[in-house]
Amino acid sequence: MPKLTLTIDGIAIEVEPGRTVLQACEQLGIEIPRFCYHDKLSIAGNCRMCLVEVSPGPQKPQASCALPVADGMVVKTDSPMVREARRGVMELLLINHPLDCPICDQGGECDLQDQAMAYGGNSSRYHEEKRAVADKYLGPLIKTHMTRCIQCTRCIRFMTEIAGVPELGAVFRGEHMEITTYVGKSLESELSGNLVDLCPVGALTSRPYAFTARPWELRKTESVDVLDAIGSAIRIDSRGKKVMRILPRVNEDINEEWISDKTRHACDGLLIRRLDTPYLRQEGKLKPVTWTEALTAIANQLKALKPEKIAAIAGDMADCESMIALKDLMGSLGVVNIDCRQDGAALDTAVPAAYRFNSTIAGVDIADIILLIGTNPRREAAVLNARLRKRWLSGHVEIAIIGTPVDLTYPAQFLGDGPETLIELIEERHPFSKKLKRAKRPMLILGQGPLTRIDGISILSFSRKLAENANMIQEGWNGFNILHTAAARVGGLMLGFVPGHGGYGVTAILDQASRGAIDCVYLLNADEVNMSTLDRTFVIYQGHHGDAGAKRANVILPGAAYTEKNALYVNTEGRVQSTKLAVFPPGQAREDWKIVRALSERMGRPLPYDTLADVRARLVAIDSAFAAVGVTPAPAAWGVFGEATSFTDSPLRTRTDNFYRTDPISRASRQMAECAEIQAELESIKQDRILSQEREND
Amino acid sequence: MNKIKMSVQSVPFFFTADNLKQAEDVIRRYPPGKQAAATMPLLDLAQRQAGWLPRTAMDYVAKLLRVPLIRVYEVATFYTMYRLHPIGRYHVKICTNLSCWLCGSEKIVKTCRDVLGVNIGETTLDEQFTIEEIECAGACVNAPIVQIGDDYFEDLDSDSMQKILEALKRGEQPKAGSQSGRQCSCPAGGPTTLQSSGPESSGPVKGGT
Repeated sequence: MPKLTLTIDGIAIEVEPGRTVLQACEQLGIEIPRFCYHDKLSIAGNCRMCLVEVSPGPQKPQASCALPVADGMVVKTDSPMVREARRGVMELLLINHPLDCPICDQGGECDLQDQAMAYGGNSSRYHEEKRAVADKYLGPLIKTHMTRCIQCTRCIRFMTEIAGVPELGAVFRGEHMEITTYVGKSLESELSGNLVDLCPVGALTSRPYAFTARPWELRKTESVDVLDAIGSAIRIDSRGKKVMRILPRVNEDINEEWISDKTRHACDGLLIRRLDTPYLRQEGKLKPVTWTEALTAIANQLKALKPEKIAAIAGDMADCESMIALKDLMGSLGVVNIDCRQDGAALDTAVPAAYRFNSTIAGVDIADIILLIGTNPRREAAVLNARLRKRWLSGHVEIAIIGTPVDLTYPAQFLGDGPETLIELIEERHPFSKKLKRAKRPMLILGQGPLTRIDGISILSFSRKLAENANMIQEGWNGFNILHTAAARVGGLMLGFVPGHGGYGVTAILDQASRGAIDCVYLLNADEVNMSTLDRTFVIYQGHHGDAGAKRANVILPGAAYTEKNALYVNTEGRVQSTKLAVFPPGQAREDWKIVRALSERMGRPLPYDTLADVRARLVAIDSAFAAVGVTPAPAAWGVFGEATSFTDSPLRTRTDNFYRTDPISRASRQMAECAEIQAELESIKQDRILSQEREND
Repeated sequence: MNKIKMSVQSVPFFFTADNLKQAEDVIRRYPPGKQAAATMPLLDLAQRQAGWLPRTAMDYVAKLLRVPLIRVYEVATFYTMYRLHPIGRYHVKICTNLSCWLCGSEKIVKTCRDVLGVNIGETTLDEQFTIEEIECAGACVNAPIVQIGDDYFEDLDSDSMQKILEALKRGEQPKAGSQSGRQCSCPAGGPTTLQSSGPESSGPVKGGT
């Protein structure tokens, strides 16, 4: 379509048809004040702050957010009429807004405050009584102060459109209008924290962060999240030694501008149950020791053992630098029992396409069939689920699910629950096959649940065959996607942190350890393995939290959490991203790769890198992708992987972890504990309701 | 967690068989996928059945129409004619807007208060009457008026108001419409136009002219 030409403040500009005047102004870098307009939400046009003067047209200001551009339009954004109109709107908004900025948590980062300064008058003419609204309960993460609400309805639109949990609404009318759930229940969404960012005033603020800091006191560090495998862009706001809060950054390729509640609010766990000094188990009890004592104890233990008696497991939050250092150290000892798949997932390392989200997350936007296999993205990658919902809303897409039917916030056709359904689809015996055949860009998303089954390797193979048969592998499009839940996993697989020739995988390591055939296990951030199998083993635990691993450990090496180090993580797409140091590790804790490096020194086998740059160079030598931090990964070559062996036709279950408690940080977080408790309560209410309904039906 | 208060709001609600049939007829008036359009008539039906709209009734309507609960709450709270709290069996709505006020609605309000012993917005102890002020009922020509249930009682004065209330108290159904005896909204003192016969006919002109 031809572009339209219009003039804004005397500057001619070409704009695509269908855009609004506000967007056209943004293209020119002209700031239009707004409250209700948000470019990811539908247009409401109810705050009237974005008024501009437009000709031809009636001689009155028009709301630019809801006005489509037209050819030959002349727009004035700073005429006397516009200025007066905006001042009037601002005066109207401030009539019922309390003048409580000094005690408001939004102060300093408040749209209303800023815009009142820029566009408002200098004093109030209103002497009557102001409106007061009772505060609402929206869950443990959102603090409300509804008298401050200017009724922009961004929160309602976010919950309805993006989160897909239509629980917020505007009840009553006119001056009595209130934003509420009406029933006073906690919002059942994993994305509810985003409401706080969206609220342009101090009506919805963060409950955990309430009254703890002012924005100008905080040091802002741009980093990435590692609590799931999506790698959302985040900003860490810290003061002194403490991470005060975590906010999303815009990254259109990954999280757009949303983050999940876990990403945002698990940060209080960074100060709880931290390992801040090395420990050594002496006479059955963990005692604090110096680094030298701890490393010597490990070195003595490892030197005394044959390589086949030693094993290393990298957990879900291990960074690439520490994994390569540990791999190299184990390699120099001749240890082949190493594995980064602590959940025992049957992931193939030979073909990179076999363990990546090949379509890329942004690729969801152009897929026309999305097949979810044994995964619940709402729990495993809440931000990705919002993307899937966005795709569903834009239409012309079929979403289907094999496994457990769950409420994903969008309808998904249930095809079947077991591997048999996969085979039916491969052999085109399933009614859904016709649709798959017609699709231009079909994709499948395989979760970790099916891969951790005993027959995981078969499921992987069936999924590959299905991808091939259903035309998911095309020139320029790869619809085969693995959805990881661990931030460390793809990095570990890229580095080959998997059993060497004749080595044991996680399941076998634990099995051998329980039988006494393996005497020493090095757990790098690994907390989710069955610790009871390690009763007879000398356990070295390196990590940042006193979780399951530290409880069982013989030696504890305190490491750094993701907010305390510059470290590389690879997200589920294969995108290499770097976390940034926002605060220093507590006490004696150190960056993880340095700990392994120090241990290698103590063992007399120093690793050949002394600086972070050297380690990064080592990473690049293994895979050149590590040189390109933050960019969309190049498509991985397709190949044959998986192995169709025997399988059982039992339902493909999704992972059953509690969304709020998946890793040592969120398990330590009091905030997440509260969320989990409330979620359990809501679930039980729902169960009760279902039961009572069944009783009635009987 | 904020526990939802168990109260009258949680009385169980289901449509009676007749009303369910009626509800299905209403839903059928709208195209498939647009059942949400039936929200208002169904809320009205529920209110007629229960006398007011408990939350369970709103939940029931939402479930029937497969719309999110909050969307029904929004509608029900927006319109003042949906009653969100229990009210008396007879809901006496007294128009006190300009025309009625000029014609003596203050006296009507006073009569209601005296006869029923409750103030505006209150319900009698026997839960029979609730009196309420409303804005223009759209029947200015017969001012002052009072709406009770679906019926308009027009051309009221203190006496006729009292009679209506007494009749309702006895369980009778007073005659709706003008209480002064005039027909519909004809001029109060009899016809004022078209009284003389025209040059060619002996009576008032009939038909549409």
